[in-house]
Amino acid sequence: MSERLEPCETHWIDPKCPVPFQFEGVSYSGYEGDVLASALWANGVRFHGRSFKYHRARGAYSMAGHDISLMVEDGQHTNLRGDQLVIRPGLNIRAVNTLGGLEKDWYRVTEWFSKLLPVGFYYKAFYTPKWLFPFYEKQMREVAGLGRVNHNDKIEKTPKDYADCDLLVVGAGPSGMAAACTAAEHDLSVMLIDENPHPGGSLGWQNPMCDPSRNARSEYIHRLKGAPNLEFRAGTQVAGVYADQWVALVDNRRLTKLRTRAMVLATGCFEQPAVFQNNDLPGVMLGSAAQRLMHHYAVKPAEVAVVLAANSDGYQLVLDLIEAGVQIACLVDLRRDGEPTDLDQRVREREVRVLVGYGIDEAVPQRGNKAIRGASICPVDDHGNLDRKTIIRCDCDTILVSVGWVPNAGLIYQAGGRFEYESKLEQLLPSTLPDNVFVSGRANGVYSVPDKVIDGQRAALSAVRYLGKYDGPIPGLNEHVGSPPTHPYPIFSHPNKKNFVDFDEDIHLDDFKNAHQEGYDNVELLKRFTTVGMGPTQGKLSNFNAVRILAQLNGQSINQTGTTTSRPFYNPVPLGHLAGRRFHPVSRTAIHEWHVKNQAQMMYAGASMRPEFYHQEDKSREEAILGEAVCVRHHVGLIDVSTLGKIYVQGPDAASFLEKIYAGRYAKQSVGKLRYGIACDETGVIIEDGIVVRLAEDRYYVTATSSGASAFFRSLQRWAKVLQQDVTLVNVTSQLGAMNLAGPASRELLQPLTDIDLSPTSFPFIGVREGNVAGVSAILARVGFVGELGYEIHVPTSQALHVWEALMRQGKKFSIQPFGVEAQRLLRLEKGHLIVGYDTDSMTNPFEANVAWAIGKKKPFFVGQRSVEILRKQPLLRILVGIRFLKDDYPHWPEECHLIFKNGKSVGRITSLSRRSTLGYPIAMAFLHPDLAKSKTRVEIRVAGDQNVVGEVSDMPFYDPDNQRQEITKKELL
Amino acid sequence: MKILTCPINGPRPIQEFHFGGSFRPLPDLDDMTDDQWADYVFNRNGEPGVKTEWWYHTASGVWFLADRNNETDEVVRTYLYQPESTDV
Repeated sequence: MSERLEPCETHWIDPKCPVPFQFEGVSYSGYEGDVLASALWANGVRFHGRSFKYHRARGAYSMAGHDISLMVEDGQHTNLRGDQLVIRPGLNIRAVNTLGGLEKDWYRVTEWFSKLLPVGFYYKAFYTPKWLFPFYEKQMREVAGLGRVNHNDKIEKTPKDYADCDLLVVGAGPSGMAAACTAAEHDLSVMLIDENPHPGGSLGWQNPMCDPSRNARSEYIHRLKGAPNLEFRAGTQVAGVYADQWVALVDNRRLTKLRTRAMVLATGCFEQPAVFQNNDLPGVMLGSAAQRLMHHYAVKPAEVAVVLAANSDGYQLVLDLIEAGVQIACLVDLRRDGEPTDLDQRVREREVRVLVGYGIDEAVPQRGNKAIRGASICPVDDHGNLDRKTIIRCDCDTILVSVGWVPNAGLIYQAGGRFEYESKLEQLLPSTLPDNVFVSGRANGVYSVPDKVIDGQRAALSAVRYLGKYDGPIPGLNEHVGSPPTHPYPIFSHPNKKNFVDFDEDIHLDDFKNAHQEGYDNVELLKRFTTVGMGPTQGKLSNFNAVRILAQLNGQSINQTGTTTSRPFYNPVPLGHLAGRRFHPVSRTAIHEWHVKNQAQMMYAGASMRPEFYHQEDKSREEAILGEAVCVRHHVGLIDVSTLGKIYVQGPDAASFLEKIYAGRYAKQSVGKLRYGIACDETGVIIEDGIVVRLAEDRYYVTATSSGASAFFRSLQRWAKVLQQDVTLVNVTSQLGAMNLAGPASRELLQPLTDIDLSPTSFPFIGVREGNVAGVSAILARVGFVGELGYEIHVPTSQALHVWEALMRQGKKFSIQPFGVEAQRLLRLEKGHLIVGYDTDSMTNPFEANVAWAIGKKKPFFVGQRSVEILRKQPLLRILVGIRFLKDDYPHWPEECHLIFKNGKSVGRITSLSRRSTLGYPIAMAFLHPDLAKSKTRVEIRVAGDQNVVGEVSDMPFYDPDNQRQEITKKELL
Repeated sequence: MKILTCPINGPRPIQEFHFGGSFRPLPDLDDMTDDQWADYVFNRNGEPGVKTEWWYHTASGVWFLADRNNETDEVVRTYLYQPESTDV
């Protein structure tokens, strides 16, 4: 292991704690606090990974997670970034995207073919001929993709956390810390987030021992700890900012859903690469990366370095490097006027060779292209190009690039901010921001440490004022003085075309020129065609150089060219953080436990669970369902219909309101009687059906379908307002349980349990009575949904199980069976009753559904009436009919929604179907063309295997068309 | 995640609400052709700008109107339906 630098307060490592780990099968040792990249660099390992397309050798570039040179997997997690992955004992790491290991990597042959892989190659090469695409796809999937998923991995459950604060500050650099500490003095809850393991930001690595940095660091890190209303979260990324200040925080173990009232975004800048030949090889890196290596990890970044600078930061870097014992071969300054501050003098005092007005033409590679051995340096001409007539060779092992910055703008864009280019700084600056979003620090164009602190205070006080806790003065923003910290065009062409703009996707300068030549002259189009910024780092190092290139190709300013916006996530978020428990609330009826205890097969019906059927020993599902139906026909059955929507409509306008909601008439309905009702929407489509019960002159009780109940109730509430009806609506769907006792024995069974006189004359069909059942107050309605004598019994939910059990006990001697949804569907199908939403769809009008009889005549108004009247005049396109099957021994049997054919033409579809009915033959309900709706018309139903099943149109109801069953008792049957 | 302000219950998370479509005053049925009626029933104006929409607070059953800019998704105001004040 190479020696580390002398310990210093800014270091993140603990040199007393060595940590052994493995990389690509070789053992190394680092220290606690090291990230993988720093530990490898300290071990002299600079070749870290292979690039995505050409499989070129890459090494640490940003040391801040802004590049993917070192993208690794540990056997359990993939796509880990080596410059953010803290090592721990036993870590066994492999690089992704290689075939046969990092060193050999057989895929590196792709680079030999790079001339054949121009920009847009995939789009042009693989879409024709079409029949070859499956082959291409297989090969692509083999080659593409980063990392392997371990399917045998154990599942890591990731908790979801919630938090809220008044002010969120993102970035714990000088301005972020100053903002958070300032705001915390004003009786607000403040949260400060930083992705690094320690606070301080650039104070910790950019010239950290100078007085302003040291003072700010010691003051604010101390104050962070002292403020009780300030929560600092290190090692946490803000993955995205969403509507109304909803913010996703991601750390190693959880996702936190944070709601804040205001935000200070002190997210800083990304240092940017310069574009020159071989600018991607291991040994070429950002100046800030070298500083991070030195000041966070005590690693000497180079032996002999060439520094390419275009700002004061580059000169400061040189002084830093000299301090760490690095020999400076040359300081190359792109600017023609050099460094205006005294840093120039200080650098020259250290006898550094300074070339002003020069640029790097090429990083000269060592054999094998896995490291560099020097730099070719040329003067910059009047047009900003390199003049290759003069070439200065400088031997070095490292080239450090310090040519400029772009704001870390992702969150600012997501929060609704917009940017404009400021040529004083050669940088984008926020131009418009929402009222509750504030930007400070380097992202706001403020570069000196004291100014950053003041800018943080300014942003904080503005935020506190927005939050209503401050009305004092707010410091102004200090304008930047001196030369811009960023070079306007640090991009140089080279005939060998290995001058990369985007390291994720291996896109070089000529790719942009070619794309532009093909007409991709808009930033959004160029991005998609070249895929710049679409790799794992989302263009942190490439987007803005791409914009600069396009602006130059178009001969436009940056503002005219425009920038691409930034969507979440800031960095990739592990899927485990996003995956969560499935919150799927289910409503259970009061009788649910009884059903389960009695072998019910439960099913979902909308948001409710209902018995589908009850399992019986030795009986198949179909036999059990048929058995339940037969029991209802011959004896008596009981079904839980508690999921029915149940609504009280009361008040002076109750009758008039219902006349406006339903198509039928209710004003003259007798008290104690029920009527069937259909409700339409404004387009005349049936949206609901149910019974309307008149309990008193001004008091109605209506039911709605299980799945439509809440939507129907909502609609009633709105219409009551819009039509200005004096009614009170009470949704008692969950307050009341309901059960339907049906079958010839139902009257005899029920009479002993109730004080209501059930005799046919006193309580006829479609009558409704209120009374007691099993000692519980109940509403009883004689409905005919399943086609037998029956009573729907509505009781308070708390008493529903008691009544149910009483009926079951009493029913024993009548061979009672509980029946489920399937048997009910069969029984009502035999009776020809439709189910809204099952036999009707979102286009079905009352004429098609054959329920035009339920439309009241000469009504002044009901919802959808105008449409219904228009439809009445139009020819019918389809109608609901019964279908009877003559045989049931086809190998494939029709299912709901299968199409119906006549003479090879599609003429309808099945809506409901039962292969086994109590009638002894299969029946169905179907939409059919009206011309074919005549009884006995033969049609064919197309089933699986391209076969046809023959059916015959039948009159409905199939069963008891004259409703005689409603008054037949068990005794009369016998 | 958005927050919507119910005129009765105050600001609440958007999951508590149900969108009820754009607000359209009931037309005068006696004074319109079938074509006008069909236009009222089927056509909606999607052009960018401030739209009046129906929203429903599910937990409390409150229907109200929201003036929302469908371009910026900014809710300008929310208020209870008043037949006389919203007639256009």
